[in-house]
Amino acid sequence: MLEYVERKKKRITVLVSLLLLLLIAIYAGISFGAVSVSFKEIWTILVSSSEGTYEKIVYNLRLPRVIVGLCVGACLAASGALLQGVMRNPLADPGIIGVSSGGGLFAIVTMVIFPQYSYLLPFIAFIGAFLTTILIYLFAWDKGASPVKIILAGVAMNAVLGAIMNGIMVLYSDRVQSVIGWLSGGLNGRSWYHVEIILPYTIIMLLISLFAIKPVNILILGDDSAKLLGQNVELIRMLIILLASFLAGIAVSVAGLIGFVGLVVPHIIRLLIGEDYRFLLPFSIIGGAALVVIADTAARSLFDPIELPVGILLAALGGPFFIILLRRRRMV
Amino acid sequence: MAVLKSEELQFRQGKFQLHDINIEFPEGKMTAIVGPNGSGKSTLLKLFARLLKADNGLVTLDNQLIHKYKRKEYSQKIAMLPQAKEVMPSITVKELVGYGRVPFQRLTGPVSEEDKEIIAWAIRETGLENMADRMVGQLSGGELQRARIAMALAQKTSVLLLDEPTTFLDITHQLELMKILSRINKTYQITVIMVLHELQYAGAYSDNLIVMKRGEIYQTGKPQAILTAQLLKEVYEIDASIKFENNYPVIIPKN
Repeated sequence: MLEYVERKKKRITVLVSLLLLLLIAIYAGISFGAVSVSFKEIWTILVSSSEGTYEKIVYNLRLPRVIVGLCVGACLAASGALLQGVMRNPLADPGIIGVSSGGGLFAIVTMVIFPQYSYLLPFIAFIGAFLTTILIYLFAWDKGASPVKIILAGVAMNAVLGAIMNGIMVLYSDRVQSVIGWLSGGLNGRSWYHVEIILPYTIIMLLISLFAIKPVNILILGDDSAKLLGQNVELIRMLIILLASFLAGIAVSVAGLIGFVGLVVPHIIRLLIGEDYRFLLPFSIIGGAALVVIADTAARSLFDPIELPVGILLAALGGPFFIILLRRRRMV
Repeated sequence: MAVLKSEELQFRQGKFQLHDINIEFPEGKMTAIVGPNGSGKSTLLKLFARLLKADNGLVTLDNQLIHKYKRKEYSQKIAMLPQAKEVMPSITVKELVGYGRVPFQRLTGPVSEEDKEIIAWAIRETGLENMADRMVGQLSGGELQRARIAMALAQKTSVLLLDEPTTFLDITHQLELMKILSRINKTYQITVIMVLHELQYAGAYSDNLIVMKRGEIYQTGKPQAILTAQLLKEVYEIDASIKFENNYPVIIPKN
């Protein structure tokens, strides 16, 4: 009885903390930076429609950037959570199904070889990510695709695409400047244009991902148990992996390769509340959104006036934090 | 009621092969499948549970080919307890048992009153009332096995397959488990088909015994009639005497 009550309390505590963190993230993302804007000023700007410098900074620069950050974080965390569930592997993240290498390769080819199409970059990167996932799945398929096979096919695919990417960068070393920033993953200069691109897809895909909650929960019991409960395990796993690829592809399309979020956010939430996806998935979405915006705010404030790509900061600070967390909890 | 049977069933996996398996499991009875490691017991069970598909031959449930049933429909007719290898998620006993209702549920929507009643019934039948809200990770081996049986019971099937349900349990919990299975079988006439390693339980608790050797059925019949010294020698390749005391086979190896 006790554990049951405690678990409920813990879920509520974690949810409230995550929501608070999200609010702080949004506030900090709008307020902090080269020019600080107070809470009162933000409020005035949001409810009125005057046209001062602050208004321009808040409305044209920071607000869209925060919204893009929220979408990117939410999509990456949801993608990672779903993948870890259907693969029953805590190391699964969007990179493993080729989202990073596929999106990256297509983006590099566009930026370096066909720069005239750079305005289509988000769509091209997304298509690269999604196609690579499908290819990996086809390679892994043999009367079904077990998680281990998918992961191995993913590793092989990532190696090949990574080699091609490096090859292109060596051959076109004079043009790689723009590529490096993109590969590090950043939100610099993201505007309402990017919001318009990803917000609708983010909302639709996150809503669809809620329908994956029950199937993932059943799959966690193991393939045999899920089959014995009348589930079409192969179909469910394929659909959820495609959904996860789509979600991560959305993030890659506008923010480049931001690692770490998809791997670690679901992990931290799992350590806190367990792996019931009714809670794990929505909590991860909130946590991922908050984390990316907070990290991005830090990335552009810490070394002012130089802006770090948020992907670098996330990996550099997040990695050690994650190790500490794992060691303290003594569980993986 | 359900009649589960196979005709000329064949299955090959690498070097391993099951040949010409013809079985009809007696309805509402306890059947135990025994045999040495690698004789094909678990494979046979998986073929009947549709976890594997036969290469040749017919497997039917109520005279319909088992692969003609829809997935969920089949899960409403046959439940199976796989070997306890998989790591359990951090959920409560009640939640675990609740998964047994999945074949009756849609993708979304609340748990129906009927589901709740059946879950409570399954928990009572396995004596887990006091542990319904405990996390499965904190259960002992015996309790966990009972919880898994409760989940299978919640599927409300007329056939229950069990793959080595007593392995890894101590004698207290093995006995407890066999008693629960026997009671479920007698009270609800659920056909119980179990793969067992322990000949004592197979002999004492089954109405019907299937002995397998190298992918074939060696013999079928009432335990007291077929468990003989000759069978031990031919199937298990041991020299031992065997006699029954209070229904239990007592096996004494000779040096």
